[in-house]
Amino acid sequence: MTGAVTQTGDVAGAPAAAPRKRALTLGVMLIIAAVFIAFPVVVTDPATTSIAFFALVFMVAASAWNIFSGYSGYLALGHAVFFGTGGYAVAVAARDWHVAGGWPVFALCLFGGLVAGLVAIPVGLVALRTRRHTFVVVTIAIFFIFQLAAYNLGFTGGTSGILLPLPPFSAANFNQPFYYVALVILVLTVLVSWLIRRSRFGLQLLAIRDDEDRALGLGVKTRRLKLTAFVISAIPVGLVGGLYFDFVGQIYPQFAFDPLFDLSIALMAFLGGLGTIVGPLLGALVLESLQQYLTQTFSSDATYLIAYGVLFLAVILVLPRGVVPGVTEWLERRRAKAALSAAHERDAAVPTGGVAGAAQ
Amino acid sequence: MSFTALLQAIVDGVLTGGVYALMAAGLTLIFGVMDIINIAQGVMVILGAYLSYELSVHVGIGLLPGLLITVPLMFGVGVAIEFCFMRRLRDQDRTQMSILVTYAVAIVIEGILTAIFGVDYQQLQASYVNSSVHLLGFYLPDIYLIGFVLAIALLAGLYYMLYRTKFGRAVRSSLQNRTAADLIGIDVNRVRTLSVGIGVAVTAVGGMVFGATNSFNPNTGYDLISRLLAIVILGGMGSIGGAMAAAVFILVINDVVAVAWSPTWAPLVYFVALVIVLSFRPQGLFGRAAVRAQ
Repeated sequence: MTGAVTQTGDVAGAPAAAPRKRALTLGVMLIIAAVFIAFPVVVTDPATTSIAFFALVFMVAASAWNIFSGYSGYLALGHAVFFGTGGYAVAVAARDWHVAGGWPVFALCLFGGLVAGLVAIPVGLVALRTRRHTFVVVTIAIFFIFQLAAYNLGFTGGTSGILLPLPPFSAANFNQPFYYVALVILVLTVLVSWLIRRSRFGLQLLAIRDDEDRALGLGVKTRRLKLTAFVISAIPVGLVGGLYFDFVGQIYPQFAFDPLFDLSIALMAFLGGLGTIVGPLLGALVLESLQQYLTQTFSSDATYLIAYGVLFLAVILVLPRGVVPGVTEWLERRRAKAALSAAHERDAAVPTGGVAGAAQ
Repeated sequence: MSFTALLQAIVDGVLTGGVYALMAAGLTLIFGVMDIINIAQGVMVILGAYLSYELSVHVGIGLLPGLLITVPLMFGVGVAIEFCFMRRLRDQDRTQMSILVTYAVAIVIEGILTAIFGVDYQQLQASYVNSSVHLLGFYLPDIYLIGFVLAIALLAGLYYMLYRTKFGRAVRSSLQNRTAADLIGIDVNRVRTLSVGIGVAVTAVGGMVFGATNSFNPNTGYDLISRLLAIVILGGMGSIGGAMAAAVFILVINDVVAVAWSPTWAPLVYFVALVIVLSFRPQGLFGRAAVRAQ
């Protein structure tokens, strides 16, 4: 909601209401933070807390994806590359360096994020030579190169994949450490997203989204900027990739480089609202929880695929700009309409007096 | 690696390249007329393969006569998808949104196929699938020859339709400038619907040949669409000739790499070729220099 408030605050620019609004925002944020922190303590059912963990992972991924694709308007459909490389970096390092499960592997997730960031540099250099739909297709192509490499390279363990060391957590509290680590990553990612959105860097990215050639003409260093944003958006995805596969306990190519992952995070961001801060978070929270719930309930791939595809189509066709911008627009329109009809009533009330009131 | 093996690989590449050219031509036709990238093209090929499978296994209609049924069916699927989804996209950021929409369509089709057929691999069977002819020292599998001949015939038909008929002129004019086409009395919406129908109908043929030469399950569509996209982008989006040349080019290299190095790494050729070409020619080998004016 920070994004929405900042945006409307900037647009409306009502100085008198600002401090009260800010206090309200802060209050809401504190409540939300408290809910997220208390959740696994209050709800201890492992099935539910694992859903919560998956939701956090996808909130990070969607939010990070949004930093690049949402702000710059370049639709990247290959972020599973970073999810997978982060996961494989952690799995391979844990195996080859004999890292113990639990907190040492969590520390390795930083390494996963680093590797993902490093991989993003050459990927971005190649992909960002193109624009628009060609860019989308190139990111898909690069994604398949990585999937193929994971199947065929020696150190990835091929089709059978790699097992990660088992964390020494008790069965009852197994999910909690994962949940809190994911929560910390989420807070940091949202903070970065928010800072970028408010910065000159963020404005330049938005300028690229609106009209890249004009932005270039105005002196925005578009290539360097796009690459920076691309790398920044890859790092959190690599971080949670490592954490995710540590939680699952194993990694194999089909799972690490999953085309549905690319699509899911894009859908989450679209559902919530592309380019907003809250949108991708909201979209990921709703969709991932729903998806996990559906898989736990139906356990049928086919039903799940159909439901997911239909939902996706409905979102794009009904709310092409996402829930957050859609609702914001609707509220603003309603407010404007209310103000307009109030003004009309006032005008009407002057000559006709009580008649207008009686008519109501 | 012997010289004969290399030549055999090149011949195989040209023959399979023809079928890929046909599937890619459908994809590039849809893009040219609609500015829409049909990610579902891959899974539609698989749908076509399953239709042929159903007809041959359960109804008893052979693969080749079955095309008389599957081609119109796939045409209908294309028309329905254009009518339900594609024409509802707004003109701005249409291409990007189309990728998401058709991806979703692909997921739905994949889900339906999984629900009906499960995830076990299938392969189409017929008397001409496993036989081959010995010609000039090469072994040419009959199904490759049939696929190649079918593909060439259909591509020639497509070419004739686009460049020698009134409808083709309407397609090309709405491809060049939608507003102007509208103004001179072309029903652009009808042209678009029919073009998508034709672009999807070719997947019935592609699916039959693909299903007879490869084992497939509902998931195979993703592998296929990534190859088709690589071909289409390499050839230059919207250029049918480019798609044909790129398909043959890339499949020959693919087969040669499979023989000379290793079959597992051969698919890498697609993407490496794509990345290299785009680094020097972002518009593809035969694409127009400027990004299409919307």
